Amino acid sequence: MQTIALIDYGSGNQRSAEKALWEAARRLGKRRDIRATADPDFIASADRLLLPGVGAFAACMRGLAARDGVIEAMGAAVKRGAPFLGVCVGMQLLATRGLEFGETQGLGWIPGDVARITPADAALKVPHMGWNDIRAETPHPLFAEAAGRDFYFTHSFAFTPEDPATTTASVDHGGRFAAAVAKDNVAGVQFHPEKSQASGIDLISRFLEWTP
Amino acid sequence: MTLKVRVIPCLDVKDGRVVKGVQFLALRDAGDPVEQAQAYDAAGADELMFLDITASHEGRRPIHEVIARTAEVCFMPLSVGGGVRTVADARALLLSGADKVSINTAAVENPDLLAACADAFGSQAVVAAVDAKQVESGRWNIFTYGGRKDTGIDAVEYARLAVEKGAGEILLTSMDRDGAKNGYDTVLLKAVSGAVTVPVIASGGAGSTDHMVDAVKSGGADAVLAASIFHFGEIGIGEAKQALAAAHLPVRLT
Repeated sequence: MQTIALIDYGSGNQRSAEKALWEAARRLGKRRDIRATADPDFIASADRLLLPGVGAFAACMRGLAARDGVIEAMGAAVKRGAPFLGVCVGMQLLATRGLEFGETQGLGWIPGDVARITPADAALKVPHMGWNDIRAETPHPLFAEAAGRDFYFTHSFAFTPEDPATTTASVDHGGRFAAAVAKDNVAGVQFHPEKSQASGIDLISRFLEWTP
Repeated sequence: MTLKVRVIPCLDVKDGRVVKGVQFLALRDAGDPVEQAQAYDAAGADELMFLDITASHEGRRPIHEVIARTAEVCFMPLSVGGGVRTVADARALLLSGADKVSINTAAVENPDLLAACADAFGSQAVVAAVDAKQVESGRWNIFTYGGRKDTGIDAVEYARLAVEKGAGEILLTSMDRDGAKNGYDTVLLKAVSGAVTVPVIASGGAGSTDHMVDAVKSGGADAVLAASIFHFGEIGIGEAKQALAAAHLPVRLT
């Protein structure tokens, strides 16, 4: 049975992400060994990995680093080619650095920076909170069906990849920014698929079937 | 192409049971918050709000179980408010499965509670609930303890302070309009939404879909919340969205 490691480092959306993984697997009619875990052995050998995250970049990075061997184990799994999905701040952590409360090093798996959103129209609110539709950028199998659909966003910072080709979907809130990124077997979404009703479960189902 | 106006039904929960809940659907157990949440989920609600009106706030409360059970079956944003007095209270609700915690009286008495919660969980998880009542033309005061106590604090000033402290959203309830069904207080809404940089949820006074359109168009609200008109089936979630769409406002049609 395929193993799916949901990285457990105290993220607020972990429980929802776990429920959504189970729901996606159920809809696919596939049995999966889904575990919320900080066990480096399970993570390093997992068939797929999902990194949740809400709150501040630096706090999430600290939380991850505080779990012995977790970052190394995720790195080993990614190097082996296991599909990896980061969600919200879990996506932002893929960047080289976060620029919230000073500069914090990220995982650096998709080069780029995470900085505060500054909508061109000052009347637009931050956090970017609520449902917004995404536009396909660089074509990618994981996001092919997601284009044009609404997903639930809630964030004040956004990821700008160095290589624009790694942006696979974008969203508009007083300017376009990355809604989804991907590079090889590593992908991330700024929105919350675990909170995006059918559109979100569909996306997680796709992730469970994705062969990079 | 843009962020959608959110339509948010609010369920009052007491001792783990819905008070004045959905009455237009043949639910197996009309008092079960989870069944009601599922009905709204299916109807295309953009978010759900639980207001816990349980009197006692000691220890683990039934609301935690309600949220946990709802989060198992509803893959949508869940907010919860009522009786949140400490960071530990907020943490317990978020760990149960809530995405946002709405803080009312305790934050008015100590705005630093908003900062402490934003530091711990991020601003996106912190909603400042503002219960405002007009005291003179163009002036609204914050009322706490369920609208019984006039704090003398200016609602617009407080909203500004709450955002400065770290609130990621304002839930603005007009005490004058609450339950009156004669429309949201769009003047109050406009005053607050113009004063803060975060989203504002309009609450109190919804009686028709026109009121919802007005809350956004005249009041500058980012989301509209209602309770009884949804529960009694006077307005459906889909109907509210159609009306907003007809007024050329962006909505998510499911």
